[in-house]
Amino acid sequence: MTMMKMTAAQVARKVIDNQPLFILDVRNRDAYEDWKIEGHIFEYLNIPYFELLDGVDEILPKLPNDQDVLVVCAKEGSSIMVAEIISKAGRDVYYLEGGMKSWSSYLEPIKVGDLTGGGELFQFVRLGKGCLSYMVISEGEAAIIDAVRFADVFTNYAKEKNVDIKHVFDTHLHADHISGGRHIAKATGATYYLPPKDATEVVFDYTPLEDGLTVKVGASQIEVGALYSPGHTIGSTSFIVDSKYLLTGDILFIDSIGRPDLAGLAEDWVGDLRETLYRRYRELAEDLIVLPAHFMMIDELNEDGTVAKRLGNLFAENHGLNIENEEEFRYTVTDHLPPQPNAYQQIRQVNMGKLTPDYDEETEMEIGPNRCAVR
Amino acid sequence: MNSTKVLDVKGMSCPMPVVRTKKEMDTLSSGDILEIYVTDQGALADMPAWANAAGHTILDQKEEEDVLTFFIQKG
Repeated sequence: MTMMKMTAAQVARKVIDNQPLFILDVRNRDAYEDWKIEGHIFEYLNIPYFELLDGVDEILPKLPNDQDVLVVCAKEGSSIMVAEIISKAGRDVYYLEGGMKSWSSYLEPIKVGDLTGGGELFQFVRLGKGCLSYMVISEGEAAIIDAVRFADVFTNYAKEKNVDIKHVFDTHLHADHISGGRHIAKATGATYYLPPKDATEVVFDYTPLEDGLTVKVGASQIEVGALYSPGHTIGSTSFIVDSKYLLTGDILFIDSIGRPDLAGLAEDWVGDLRETLYRRYRELAEDLIVLPAHFMMIDELNEDGTVAKRLGNLFAENHGLNIENEEEFRYTVTDHLPPQPNAYQQIRQVNMGKLTPDYDEETEMEIGPNRCAVR
Repeated sequence: MNSTKVLDVKGMSCPMPVVRTKKEMDTLSSGDILEIYVTDQGALADMPAWANAAGHTILDQKEEEDVLTFFIQKG
């Protein structure tokens, strides 16, 4: 029978459209347990490829006939080998093109909603890594917020939409993914903004992103306004777009809140985090739609694949916004933290411009799930 | 260490280092030692995991200038 390739984009559609998929993951057990392709109704079997070198007879009965079977490995090579053995044994089978590396880097652009005067807001969902980037578009101009490192994806999308990228923002100095912000700015002549309190060690030029700064996008003057919201980092800044959307960076997520420890200052920043979440955000309109820079779990995806929820609903439902006791809050966000993201200290150095790894090294640093939140 | 045989799979990418190692190991006798040179970094995790699953023992491993060397004793 036939062996076919499936792209990361095709897998992404299956996740978003709630389709079934049977994944035979042939990576090591540790790698699989640490991080895998998440789908709402995906089924899984994890057998390392080296246990299948003598044949696949044992696993054939476990592979379903009524849905696609996708073999996944780290880079692609061993998934092709295993898929070949399975197809020779008489079954149709897919392998994931580019392996988990390509899954980690794929971005799906999804429209979040319309803005005043024909503007649009897009969310770029990086399913394999849980990163969310944004593009605000209005009448020939664009602003980008929290771009991941694949600068081409954003510049190409802007071309497709026939808009010029004018402003590029990072809500903070990211520790969990490598920013594409300054590279996009360099390629397009856009202004690159970074909170100065996070930028004390950066070795490139940037425009300070200060509280209250407002930029206008397009002829209908869509507003992108900055709101200082420290706590994940000391410089963390949120954005309010068109008085309708609240882009929270890594301060507030759909089902969790930001962690204050990735720059090594959990004890110092926990107070800021509390102040931001329990006072500054409380003063905002509850009808704002929260758009974070990351998500943790596939359950946080809406039906159309976006990650977005009304602020008022988060005040009611998000556990991290409902810890009345300040001591308990402090304990939760300092003593209760999940493992830190892969290579987070190196990633910070890259985002400061102090390290300039090549593409493969960057891919390696970003391997694994995102871990910028506490629940 | 006295290796029975040497296998050089430098430059080969996953899954070939493990595939070739297994093939070579199948020709050796219990107690023999295979010395393997690999450049694919994936082998760092895969080679010990494979050896363990196959009942072999990694006697030693080292890394010098991007080349991983494994000494695996056949079980």
